[in-house]
Order: sequence, then structure tokens, then C-alpha cells
Amino acid sequence: MMTTVQTASKKKGRKIGKSWTIHLFPIPALIIYGLFVLYPILAALSYSFYSFNGFSRESFVGFDNFVTLFTTEPYGSMFVNAFKHNILYFALQMVAMNGLAFILAFIIYKKVKGAEFFKIAFFLPRLLSVIVVGFLWKLILNPNFGTLNMLLGKLGLEELQRAWLGDPNTALISIILVNCWFGLGFGVLIFLAGFQSIPGELIEAAKLDGAKGMTMLRKIYLPLMVPSIMIMTVLTFIQSFEAFELVYAMQGSMGEPYYSTDTLAVFFYRLAFGSSTSGSSDALGVGSALAAVLFLFILICTMIFLKFTNKKEVEM
Amino acid sequence: MKNSSMWSKPFYYVIVFAVATISLYPIFLMFLSSFKTSAEIFKDPLGLPTKFTLDTYRTLMSKIPFDQYFMNSVIVSVTSVVLVVVFCSLAAYYIARFKFSWNNAIFFLFLLGMMIPIKLGIVPLFILMRDLGLINSLWSLIFMNIATGTPLTMLILTGFFKTMPMELEEAARMDGAGNLRVLWSVLLPLMRPALGTVVIVNFISAWNDFFFPLIFITEKAKMTIPVGMLSLFGEHSADWGSLFAGLTLASLPMMILFFIASKQFMEGLTAGAVK
Repeated sequence: MMTTVQTASKKKGRKIGKSWTIHLFPIPALIIYGLFVLYPILAALSYSFYSFNGFSRESFVGFDNFVTLFTTEPYGSMFVNAFKHNILYFALQMVAMNGLAFILAFIIYKKVKGAEFFKIAFFLPRLLSVIVVGFLWKLILNPNFGTLNMLLGKLGLEELQRAWLGDPNTALISIILVNCWFGLGFGVLIFLAGFQSIPGELIEAAKLDGAKGMTMLRKIYLPLMVPSIMIMTVLTFIQSFEAFELVYAMQGSMGEPYYSTDTLAVFFYRLAFGSSTSGSSDALGVGSALAAVLFLFILICTMIFLKFTNKKEVEM
Repeated sequence: MKNSSMWSKPFYYVIVFAVATISLYPIFLMFLSSFKTSAEIFKDPLGLPTKFTLDTYRTLMSKIPFDQYFMNSVIVSVTSVVLVVVFCSLAAYYIARFKFSWNNAIFFLFLLGMMIPIKLGIVPLFILMRDLGLINSLWSLIFMNIATGTPLTMLILTGFFKTMPMELEEAARMDGAGNLRVLWSVLLPLMRPALGTVVIVNFISAWNDFFFPLIFITEKAKMTIPVGMLSLFGEHSADWGSLFAGLTLASLPMMILFFIASKQFMEGLTAGAVK
């Protein structure tokens, strides 16, 4: 009697386990992710081959939008201008943010007192909304009442005071450095995790062999840190070529002054959601072409980075 | 070795202290300035407030409906987090605990999202939201938060599900428990650390999101805090005291949560990259 009941319930359990309803489980996530991530990005690619009138799609025009983007003014020169800024965005963040983050992570790894405090301190800016970061620094960098110029004055460095965001020579660099301030702590945590995953025996063995200082760094730490360095490179790359919020918050959709802080994403926003630049009704087609170019550029470069990482890891 | 470390230690401290100061000072300044009148800020931006008042906060509340923005942010963030965790738990359970031949493909499809710069799809998204009648609806933001949070949440939850022994659920199945029962009362209670991580990651990005509300929300009554800040700075840019008060209020909830669970925050935000 007992055994029959047990087998019955066991069978029932199996049956439920294998019942078709299990296939409903991934459906909600797939629908929302498909509808609001996969569909829009694919649609954006296809839109680049159509002409637009305002927000309504008209007819298939082949590569016309791409030709317009690269050969018609002001689009062509705006693209080149913004693209250069994105490259500077990436390069400066790699040096100023990731370089510093690497050093800080190494110092924390070497066990300073209060490591937890420093980690929290570096990380804290990352909790702010990018718009808050932008506005806060806009106030700090204000030429007349901003804290930075005031501080420079107190230190007797008046000649360094300037309109940081109003001067085309310093505006973009200021914004990128603000972005570094925002993202530094994240980099520290990634690099620290990298250092901490290096097996202790390896370090001990190298020390026994008499390696120290720079040799240690070059021969032991750097090669073993390649995965974390690559991760940060890829993340910084994607984020640099997507850069929008900070520029928009601090310099508006025209990348003031005179497009000197314009980035591709801001240029794209202008084309899609209008301002004096677009005006023309076909702006959305050109904007979609820009989105397609930028998307493919990010995708291809990321693939190359990742491929490079895998190869490196195999070599080690 | 001893010598070099004795020489380098003070140098190390100089660097970390200097950078920590640069990281913290602007935030400290934001809090401090929010208690100063604009006149005080203009006269002496570095000084302490002469007297402690909450006037700037009162002025701020009279200028913008901050409580409304706050409620909208709470509704959007909490709903998004709950739904993304529920949907992804179901999907991750399916992918990690069953061996259907298409599971790897589905998993890969989800992970692909981590490389997609979704902002570039904003034109189709705008048209889609317009056709769904979701412009100026908080649901547009909730759907975007769920969709953009899904890849990382799937990565973390699927990884965690895979670490749990199969015997756990087999015992429950013997007792006649169905899939939902197994997931809800056997597996999820054991997943607290992973669930904590995904809740935090999704909450931060939902709370701080600025891009999608900028595009989808134009009605004041539906704005979340970040776009509310945009209108504050656009319309009342002269009163620095209340600007700082606004920035402080916008950041305070996240700061408080961070100090309650700083470890989980830092682990959570780096979870996707370290794996």
C-alpha cells in the first residue's frame, strides 16, 4: 500500500517536472527583452535604409542616408568632429581613469590600513546619477562662483583660473575628467579583484627567485592582469563611444561651445529629436544611418578586443 | 625588501589620501552647500554655512514638485526591480536546471544584450512606445529597466542556479512539488546572496536612469528625479542653494542604501565584469 502511494506521487512529480508548462517560464523575460532591446536595435539598422518624413518611414533608399551622412554638410564635418572627440574620450579615460585605478588597486592590494574606507571613498561618486554628476560639476566649474576657481585663487594660482566649460580648449577635457571622477572607483574594484585572484604561490615563487620592484610588475603582475585590463578596456571603449548624458547635462544638445564637446551620441540625439541642426525632415534617416555606423563600429571593435583577450589568455 | 616597503608605504598613503579627497570633496561640498543661501555660496563657496537652516529645501519644494518626482522614481524603480527579478528567476531556472537543446542558444541571446548600445535604438523605441500608447507613462520606463537589466541579471542568476545540487529539488519533487513550488520554496530561499546582488544592480540603474525618461516623459507629473533635475536646472538656475539641495535630495536615497550594504553594492556592480 505504502509503496503504491509513493510510486504514484513520484510519477506525478515527474509528470509535473516534464509538463509543458515549464516552457512558459522563460517567456516573460524573452518577450520584454526581445521587444525592447533586440527589436529596436535591429529596427534601427533597417531604418538606415529608408527615407523619413518626420517620424514616419517613407521609402527604401538603399545607402542614400549613409552617403548623405558622410558627404553632405554639415553632417560630414560634424561626424568627423564628434568622432575625434569620442576617440579623445576613450584615450584620456584609459590613461587618466584606468591608469590611476590600476595604481590605486595595486596600493590597496598591497594592504594599506583602512583599505575598506578607501574603496568606499573611490566608489562613492559612482552612486550618483550621471545627471547629478554633470550638474554638480557644472556648478563647481562655474567661472565666477565655482569652487575650483575659488580654490585656485586661494592657493595663489590665479593664472590657472578659467571658464573651464566655456573655453573650447578646456571644455571637452573637463567633461572627460569629470567622467573619470565618476568611474574611477569601479575600475579600482575590477583591478583589485584581478590582483586578488593571482595565486599567492606564484608571487612567493617569484620573490624567492629574487624578483622585485619593476621586474615583479612587468613579469608577474602585468601579464596576469591582462584579463582585467581587457575587461576595463572594452567597458571604457563602449562607454566612451556611447557618451551622451554628461555632455548633454553640462553642455546641452549642441555640445557647447561651438560643438567643441560634441560626441557621436549627442549628434545622433540632435538628428533624431531635433534642434536647429536637423530642421530638415530627412534627419531621422541620416540619424539612423549614424546609429547603424556607430553600432557596427562598437560591435566590431568589441569583438576584436575580446578575440585578443582570449588569445592572450591561451598564450599564458 | 623591508627597506623598499618602508620607503614606499608613506608614498602609498599620500596617493590614496589625495585621490580619496578628490573623490569625496565634491560630494561633501554638495551636502554642505545645500544648507547655505545662494548669497553665502557666492561670497564664500568653501566656507561652512553660517547657520543651519532647511530654507533651501523649502524653497526647492515650492519650486518643483519634488515629492511627486520622488514617488515616480520609487514606483518605477521598485516595480522594475520586482519584475526583472521574477521574470529572470523563471527564465534562469529554465536555462540552468533543464537540459533542452535550445537552452544555450537562449542564454547566449540574453548575454548578447550586454554588448548592445541600446541608446542607438531610441528611434524605433520611441515609435514603439508611441504606438503602444506608453509615452508619458511610467510603464515605458519600467519596461526599459526590465529589458536592459535582463542580460546581467540572467548572467548572475543562471550562474548561481547552476551551483546548486540537483538533489535539492529531487527531494521536493518526490513529495509532489511542481516546478513553481520547487523554484519558490526550495531554490529561491537559498539564493539570497545572488538575489541581493541583482536587486541592487537593477535598483541603482533604474533609480539613476536619465536617458529614457528624457525621451519618453514630457509631462511634469510623470517625471522621475533625474529628469526633474533637468527642469530644475533649466528653470531656476540662479538659486544655487536650492540647486544643491535638489542634487543632495536626488542622491540621498542611494547613499543611505549604500551605507547600509556597501559590500553588496560594490560586489553587485562589479559582478558582471569579474565573472
